[in-house]
Amino acid sequence: MTEFDLAQDSVRSLNQRLHESPTGRWLVSHPDGRHCIAAGLEASVEINIAGHVGYYCAGMNKQAHITIEGSAGPGLAENMMSGSVRVKGNVSHCAGASAHGGLLIVEGDAAARCGISMKGTDIVVAGSVGHMSAFMAQTGRLVVCGDAGDFLGDSIYEATIYIAGKVGELGADCIEKKMTPEHRQSLADLLSASGVAADTGSFRRYGSARRLYNFNIDHASDY
Amino acid sequence: MCGIVGIYYKNKDLNKHLGTMLSSMLVQMSERGPDSAGVAVYRNAVDSSSTKITLHAADDDYDWNQMHSLLAKAFSTDVDIEIRVNHAVVATTAPLPEFRTWLALNCPDLRIMSAGTTIEIYKEKGAPRDFVDRFQLQDIQGSHALGHTRMATESAVTTQHSHPFSTGLDLCLVHNGSLSNHNRLRERLQEEGIEFQTDNDSEVAAGYLMWRLHQGASLEQALTSAISDLDGFYTFAVGTRNGFAVLRDPIACKPAVMAENDDWVAMASEFRAIAQLPGVEQATVWEPAPATVYSWGEA
Repeated sequence: MTEFDLAQDSVRSLNQRLHESPTGRWLVSHPDGRHCIAAGLEASVEINIAGHVGYYCAGMNKQAHITIEGSAGPGLAENMMSGSVRVKGNVSHCAGASAHGGLLIVEGDAAARCGISMKGTDIVVAGSVGHMSAFMAQTGRLVVCGDAGDFLGDSIYEATIYIAGKVGELGADCIEKKMTPEHRQSLADLLSASGVAADTGSFRRYGSARRLYNFNIDHASDY
Repeated sequence: MCGIVGIYYKNKDLNKHLGTMLSSMLVQMSERGPDSAGVAVYRNAVDSSSTKITLHAADDDYDWNQMHSLLAKAFSTDVDIEIRVNHAVVATTAPLPEFRTWLALNCPDLRIMSAGTTIEIYKEKGAPRDFVDRFQLQDIQGSHALGHTRMATESAVTTQHSHPFSTGLDLCLVHNGSLSNHNRLRERLQEEGIEFQTDNDSEVAAGYLMWRLHQGASLEQALTSAISDLDGFYTFAVGTRNGFAVLRDPIACKPAVMAENDDWVAMASEFRAIAQLPGVEQATVWEPAPATVYSWGEA
């Protein structure tokens, strides 16, 4: 276990070390809301951050498994490519924005625009999400065990949204869709991988009505 | 971009720590607002027959003693005065309208920063760290406070344009964002008798709240109606004599984070302003929802 104290040394120095010799397990102490902690990692390291983080934590993450013991600021795991990010508290807006892959788990609530423009990542929120979540979401899955704010899935493409609680006003072109056994299995697998307990029977599925764009589902693999 | 902070003590035993906690919050927001800094602190309430007024002089060497004796003579009353750099807090039994008239005639180069029974406002151009040191902010005690670090976008970098703005007794507002209907709204409020000192958009928000409070609304009701009457981007922290409130616009683009434990509630533009506060380990940390009024105390 490598220990790194952000009260003693800078975020830049931490990130440089994580980029240059990314091995084993790391414990990062005194994050104190600093920005860009553990951003741009490209290796399968395990990082535990003992406290609350600021903006863009775990941004662009590839392969690394990052756990935040506290809450996180805006842009958590934005543009993540793979790996996983778990935040035990609440998270500010734009969590998982534009993320291509990996798994983001929020044990508390996520604020507005969670999963905005997501491009293949999976996001599981044990609490609720704010307004305009999954705005222009392209692919991937957003699972919300609590409620979703207004304008959910506005201008959504081919991402899939599962919500257990109440949903505010749906965004443009976002509709409720049938929950098939395949969807329920996919959801169960994702919840299990996330370590989040929820009754899959309580979820409804939302996605695109495909009225806003010229998209041929038969050619999905070409896009 | 601007930085705003607010702290409200639920446990009044903590009042003695206000200065140190507020200072650390303000300095953490330096990068969001390096142009000027300001605070509103609620402390040392005068009795209801008196008014406490914060005055600002452009010049650090202003002759406050002369002003003090002139004022005491003019109103044949005792006047308490506490000088802090180029600000002075005056407590007087002179009625506020008469005091204003007297001040304009006799000390035209002084400006009123705040008036009420509890509020004091200090603000100045320059970096937050310099402001904290120069005004010895660490020593200030009180029940709650607001702070602002400014990166100017809508109007000039002057002390006058610095925040916080107070347009009514003990009412103060700090703002991160920009309003788009402030000119029209200012005209409307002026017709209703609300006075403004600058062309700043945030002052209009403070004036709007004052207008609603004059109409008998509670702070919570005034903020609720602000959601439909104010157009633009905003995160507000608002202080009254005994109350503290936070409001964000319905889009919620401007950042805000809140933390609350048994002893205090704090808000800031970024969590790092709260991270240093004693007791933060026990605090619940969350992002305030859009178009939702959060309030504590007599709000």
